[in-house]
Amino acid sequence: MTRDNGDHGNSPSDEAALSARLKRLGERLGQHTGRPVDKSPGASSTADPSAMARGFRLSTELVAGVLVGAALGWLLDRWLGISPWGLIVFLLLGFAAGVLNVMRAAGVNMGSNASRPPD
Amino acid sequence: MGDPIHQFELKSLFSLGHIGPYEIVFTNSALFMLLALLATAALMLIPTRQRALVPSRAQSVAELSYEFVANTIQSTAGKEGMKFFPLVFSLFIFVLTVNLLGLLPYGFTVTSHIVITVALALLVFFTVLVYGFWKNGLGFFRLFVPSGIPIYILPLIVFIEVLSFLSRPISHSVRLFANMLAGHITLKVFAGFIVMLSALGIHGVVGAILPLSLVVALTALEFLVAFLQAYVFAILTCIYLNDAIHPGH
Repeated sequence: MTRDNGDHGNSPSDEAALSARLKRLGERLGQHTGRPVDKSPGASSTADPSAMARGFRLSTELVAGVLVGAALGWLLDRWLGISPWGLIVFLLLGFAAGVLNVMRAAGVNMGSNASRPPD
Repeated sequence: MGDPIHQFELKSLFSLGHIGPYEIVFTNSALFMLLALLATAALMLIPTRQRALVPSRAQSVAELSYEFVANTIQSTAGKEGMKFFPLVFSLFIFVLTVNLLGLLPYGFTVTSHIVITVALALLVFFTVLVYGFWKNGLGFFRLFVPSGIPIYILPLIVFIEVLSFLSRPISHSVRLFANMLAGHITLKVFAGFIVMLSALGIHGVVGAILPLSLVVALTALEFLVAFLQAYVFAILTCIYLNDAIHPGH
């Protein structure tokens, strides 16, 4: 109790000591959290650790690509009256997009990635 | 008890009035969203009121969740991604809380309805579009033109990239929805086996031990999935936002 009352009239040297200690604590905490941050870029390429979640993710990526291609092709067929060509072409494109999605999600390094200029 | 889909039924609790011919109803889904909001507010606001230098347990939970999301954003979208911290944090905490509330007995899983997950995914999709065009102007189209591609297959690649971009909200939303739906149906089916077996007499009761232990294990797995799917949803949001911040692969 008496110490609390004493702290009320904080002398400047106390404040300085406290802020110095806070700074040191901040630095030490920074060192501590610095390590996980260093590790995380490797972890981020595999976003989901469990195998089942990974499988789910890859399959939905493929299905989503095909679905979007089919929907776009069907709409184009209806609007332009070019049935069945829109559906055929866009289903194939959608399948390619799905495969691309899966490769991206799986973290496959594509050739173009290696040759790209650093930006 | 037998119907495993019954748990996803929307029940109207009370009516809020009409807009045109449509009745606006407060459903059990809305109730659980409201509960998630209250739980989040209680988690984030009450323990951080004191702002102690040495955090209490509740305060350190709030601080840890902040740091977790902040690290996720910085490792995927860089420092500039921190602009979107409120969005990503809200999405993560909302999905996580709603998933966990759905695991409580008599709980309702809001994210097992595709309307909710599509709405969230479209929110992210349009945020990426609007911010991408606002920040990069037409340079946002570089997203669809990967560098180092020969000119004669470029049109094809651009088509495929556009389709791949358009398919994002679908895979983003279906993943969360399908995981929650499938998990809860599996739980209900195995729980149904227990009741059916134990109705067969003493041998059935002994046999019911197997599905019972499975249900226990699956419940633990569902807690993992609830967290993991919220995390995956957040990290994909970060990856998509990263495209808006730095287009051109």
